[in-house]
Amino acid sequence: MPGLTWLPQDPEWKSNLKSLPHSDSRWASLMALANTQMDFVRTAQLDRQLAATPLSIGPEPIKIALLSSSTADQLLPSLRVAALRRGLRLDIHVPDFGQYRQALFDPNSMLVKLPFQVFLFAIDAHALIGDEFIADTEQAKTHLSSRLSDLAGLWRRAHNRTGAQVIQQTLMPIQPSLLGNGEYRATGSPAAMIRAANVQLRALAAAENVDILALDDRVSCDGIAAWHNRALWNHAKQDVSPAAAPMYGDLVVRIIAARRGRSAKCLVLDLDNTLWGGVIGDDGLDGIILGQGSAQGEGFLDFQRNAKSLAQRGVILAVCTKNDEANALEAFDKHPDMILRRSDIAAFVANWDDKATNVRRIAAELNIGTNSLVFADDNPFERNIIRRELPEVRVPELPDDPALFSSTLADSGYFEAVEITKEDLARGASYQVTRELRQGLIATSDIAGYLESLDMELIWGRFDPVSLRRVTQLVNKTNQFNLTTRRYNEAEIAAIMRDPDAIGLHFRLVDRYADHGIIAVLMGRQNSRDAIELDNWLMSCRVLGRGVENATLSIVVGEARRRSAQTILGRYRPSTKNGMVRDHYPSLGFCLSSGQEGHETVWKLDLAMPTVAAPHIRIKEITGG
Amino acid sequence: MDEQGIYAKLTEIFRDVFDDDRLQLKPNTTAADIPDWDSVNHINITAASESVFGIQFNSSELEELRNVGDLVATIKKKTE
Repeated sequence: MPGLTWLPQDPEWKSNLKSLPHSDSRWASLMALANTQMDFVRTAQLDRQLAATPLSIGPEPIKIALLSSSTADQLLPSLRVAALRRGLRLDIHVPDFGQYRQALFDPNSMLVKLPFQVFLFAIDAHALIGDEFIADTEQAKTHLSSRLSDLAGLWRRAHNRTGAQVIQQTLMPIQPSLLGNGEYRATGSPAAMIRAANVQLRALAAAENVDILALDDRVSCDGIAAWHNRALWNHAKQDVSPAAAPMYGDLVVRIIAARRGRSAKCLVLDLDNTLWGGVIGDDGLDGIILGQGSAQGEGFLDFQRNAKSLAQRGVILAVCTKNDEANALEAFDKHPDMILRRSDIAAFVANWDDKATNVRRIAAELNIGTNSLVFADDNPFERNIIRRELPEVRVPELPDDPALFSSTLADSGYFEAVEITKEDLARGASYQVTRELRQGLIATSDIAGYLESLDMELIWGRFDPVSLRRVTQLVNKTNQFNLTTRRYNEAEIAAIMRDPDAIGLHFRLVDRYADHGIIAVLMGRQNSRDAIELDNWLMSCRVLGRGVENATLSIVVGEARRRSAQTILGRYRPSTKNGMVRDHYPSLGFCLSSGQEGHETVWKLDLAMPTVAAPHIRIKEITGG
Repeated sequence: MDEQGIYAKLTEIFRDVFDDDRLQLKPNTTAADIPDWDSVNHINITAASESVFGIQFNSSELEELRNVGDLVATIKKKTE
């Protein structure tokens, strides 16, 4: 079944459908439901809710005439819901079965009297070229060209009436071959004529300013069995199977939306595990997975190549990454396998702010609306934060395998273009120039509500044999969020477990989407009766921006109090990679105790003073083990 | 798949197709018992059953499915 695989699944879909509001917020709620993965049954359910929505809510409907040579009832909910997905509303008119041709010429028909904005010609292969083999080659060619010029006459009829957009669907390859591999030699075979018609239709459509709905291309991806069921054709004259209807609807409406300037303009790319495998800040230039004959690395290269080609045809590229800028740029400048270069990126945002803020920044810098952005990120946390904070941004569900990134992005149709202009081809260069000139307005994003909805729990425990391996790995691999970058081997960490004055804690984060496993480690020692000194504190960058640091500190404070200490000392030792935690201790309320900027510093927290709260995270201790 | 399991899944399909959470299926339930069970919804039910049960109805089955009992028997045969 050709599924809407780029859309996220909504486990609450059914209850959300039942609890749709009747107020003005109903339209936004309907749109949100339409932007989740659904089959044709759910599509019809949503369509019924849409039908029950007064016209005063939502935009003015676009009037569309569906001129179909076969049964089309199964397509209507999918067309309306695909429009809803883009914030559009369709008013579809279908002439009586088999009457579309007469209706175009009858001065009393609705087709002629009403101001339609779109005419969709959904003519199947049986109707356009017939089912017979035409043995004579010349006769076959004449047959085909006369059928096509007849069709072009219908297009002009539609165009001339109203200046409407005309969409012509190509023919699905529904006929069996007569020769097999040599089918192309039998000019008059129905299968060969379908193939020829699809080529000629495109040339004719380009000349007549008609847009092509490329069903044949889609069928070549999904297989004809996913789109057409011969038994169903014989039973009910359905050319497109109900199961394929949601995809059909989306393909049509992306063309309608593209003509109205609603296609996305800019692809916002994450870096780590999106453009390459691994984390540049931790794994370094020679540690990331990119090219070099590794299947994964080749997958990431594929995606970069795809992004580059999109840029060449006019899509703007931007980078939005949680990284130190120097680390992020290093890959672009120095990695030999990188296909994308700095000059391909119109806006490059590398910092540790939340991504919603950064996405707004990118839109402002490029002077385009956030509704023109597609946000490609492997991390479900980041995808969900953008969907929540900026629902107008299109956020495809990237699959786990980078080999499928490009096809998923293509399937989404987010960058649908009905034509390609000189401006498209030159766009990349113009953005390069304006990039450095523009400074935008950036609104800060209030993400407290989002963090609360994550239902986070930080589960902490002392170093133990079970966690030993993961703790050792994290201690030796983490470069960025790492206060002292002191490395320990397994034996040294095991020694901490036995030392009553040593403190070794690990922290695991669980939220409603995932169990992230052990994501932070903290080591310290009680050197005197009243002070705890933290030797190291490190955390995986995957969980940044959620307040985990604050929650971790509250656990350390509890531990210090339990040991009757009055102060906590924290040490920061700068490295080339850990610039992001330069202000870690002061931001948690510590005061400078010794050292100076650029060098090793020691920070002090007085436990008599109130400490920073961690409002969105529950804390749980695991004991024993 | 046993009949009970088929009825459970089929009931869910019917409830979604007809937007009726109280709908109960019996073997002798026919199109006459459900007002919206027209030819379009009939195909929707068979097409949804095909994807839910991972089967495909052939031409004669498409024509001969007259009531819920027929549908269950055919699905049972095809999923055995």
